[in-house]
Amino acid sequence: MGTKEKQSVSQTKRDWENNTLKETLDKSPERRERFITTSSRPIARIYTPIDIADFNYEEHLGFPGQYPYTRGVYPTMYRGRLWTMRMFSGFGTAEQTNTRFRYLLEQGQTGLSVAFHLPTIQGYDSDDPMSKGEIGVCGVAVDSLADMEILFSHIPLNQVTTSMTINAPAAVLLCFYIAAAEKQGVSSTQIGGTIQNDILKEYQAQKTWIFPPDPSMRIITDILQFCTKKVPRWNTISISGYHIREAGATAVQEVAFTLANGLAYVQAGVDAGLKVDDFAPRLSFFFDSHLDLFEEIAKFRVARRVWAREIQDRFKAKNPRSYLLRFHTQTAGVSLTAQQPENNIVRTTIEALAAILGGTQSLHTNSMDEAWALPTEKAATIALRTQQILAHESGVANTIDPLGGSYFIEALTNEMEEETYRYFDRIEKLGGVVEAIKKGFFQREISDSAFRFQREIEEKERIIVGVNEYLTDDQLEIPVLKIDPEVERTQLARLQKTRKTRNNQKVDQLLSQLQRAAEGTDNLIPHILAAVREYATVGEICNALRDVYGEYQEPIIF
Amino acid sequence: MVNIKNLSYSNYTGLDGHDRGAKVVARALRDAGFEVIYTGLRQTPEQIAETALQEDVDVVGLSILSGAHMRLFPEIMQLLKEREMADVLVIAGGIIPEDDFEPLKKLGIKAIFGPGTPTGEIVDFIRKHTK
Repeated sequence: MGTKEKQSVSQTKRDWENNTLKETLDKSPERRERFITTSSRPIARIYTPIDIADFNYEEHLGFPGQYPYTRGVYPTMYRGRLWTMRMFSGFGTAEQTNTRFRYLLEQGQTGLSVAFHLPTIQGYDSDDPMSKGEIGVCGVAVDSLADMEILFSHIPLNQVTTSMTINAPAAVLLCFYIAAAEKQGVSSTQIGGTIQNDILKEYQAQKTWIFPPDPSMRIITDILQFCTKKVPRWNTISISGYHIREAGATAVQEVAFTLANGLAYVQAGVDAGLKVDDFAPRLSFFFDSHLDLFEEIAKFRVARRVWAREIQDRFKAKNPRSYLLRFHTQTAGVSLTAQQPENNIVRTTIEALAAILGGTQSLHTNSMDEAWALPTEKAATIALRTQQILAHESGVANTIDPLGGSYFIEALTNEMEEETYRYFDRIEKLGGVVEAIKKGFFQREISDSAFRFQREIEEKERIIVGVNEYLTDDQLEIPVLKIDPEVERTQLARLQKTRKTRNNQKVDQLLSQLQRAAEGTDNLIPHILAAVREYATVGEICNALRDVYGEYQEPIIF
Repeated sequence: MVNIKNLSYSNYTGLDGHDRGAKVVARALRDAGFEVIYTGLRQTPEQIAETALQEDVDVVGLSILSGAHMRLFPEIMQLLKEREMADVLVIAGGIIPEDDFEPLKKLGIKAIFGPGTPTGEIVDFIRKHTK
């Protein structure tokens, strides 16, 4: 915008404020002193060209599929192909989850996403004392390749892609998947999918770590190396802001910490001798979509722009695929209320809309009953239908980045981008991501934001329908999923059978070889895969590594 | 200072990593003047009962979001009883279906604070139910 035009708009705005606006405010003041987003960001009354005075279309936005990718990573976006509707599911035994998977595929879902039970996530077998009460409760019980074969039976692994939410033991579950595919006659070069494998955010927010940060980073670079050669269609890390946000972070903290983690992984890969263009294209992201529609949309745009710039400037990547921030989104679990649960369908719809307007590549919509338990089939179906209605009925998928050029959205995008860089500077000053974790920096930032959010609710600066306003005395009337205690018996029996029928001498030998590799510098993944093929369990493999690396102890901050 | 000598806010979540709620509550209680011992994640029932005994607490707070409460809470209550701490006020929070409220109360868990509970309500409850 030219200087003359800027002055003119500024003058008109001042006139408006002094006359039209003032007259109204004198008669009836606004509802609040301060209007804030979900992240407590103050929002102005109106946005005009003055708020994006230095706006340069080609530099800041460009075109979809072109640097800096603000408007989207692909040239046709949803006009070419809709986002992948990928519902996260898993509970009980492998048989039960396999049935749910096949049901979801029949309902039009286009990719799978596995929720494992907590023992698998923590690298324990179902018969470990630590697993008591948790078998099949929070996700599907998977101890060994035997469970994985059942989990994917009648699902051709050369045709579907699968995302696995697994971090500390990610290498083991990747090997389970490779071995399960081999049993179907599908080679590792044909399979596609994602492991979360994002350990940094575990220390910061999700808290399901096993080993200390340094060996964990070594395992991750081993995976990067292995997959680059052997599993070329695999997304090796899903760099996740979701858990950071759910733990209480603001939108800017989510995007800043996630991108900082992503850059730390790229640096680790480069330091391990990999070429950035060989592995950066297989990194993907996973964000939260919260209720504040515009702030979320701006966040996704910031993420794309900053990632493209940093990968190009810092790492001198040449392959444009390295610049693309491709991401999965899940609607905000933390926004679901236990009170009047049906209202959660509406919340999820708004959040899904934000993700779509923000250009997500895949989406999970939460079910209305998740403040009470894992979703029932009916609740999960409504959540999937929500996406289908948005895709086919709302018209939002017809054009790319429909809010691009909005004074508000562009101002917000610029503002959040600046704040992201301020966080990068602070993390840098602390010695980088791993050092900042050891100092408790992220944990403290997140915990402060979570507490502020709660205080705003209690002081009614923030209204949550059904929680601190519009309350009813109605009793809960939705059915809640229960896990049958039979699951535990079935799982323990299968694990026992696996241990009996395999070649235990061979398993022991392969586990010792793995330990020797862990003590040295050999890539661990081929050793893990060899053990997995002989039905070594996730607990046995993780315990072998625990013996070598020890377990992480977190500093307590609240 | 309030007349509560000591408060242990244990975060027993089985294998769960969700600590947002537990930490917000722990901080609100500390701000309200209680002495709070936050034990951190993944405490076993034995560790919780032992910490409660060693620290001579008046209240034990349990947070769980994984769904394993019906297996783990009875064990914790039993271990507290064995340590002659049956009169300690035990409260819980997290993702707990309503159907489970009654059996948990029968075990001696005095209150279950689900999602959306104002922290002030927890503070008031503790003040009312402790000497």
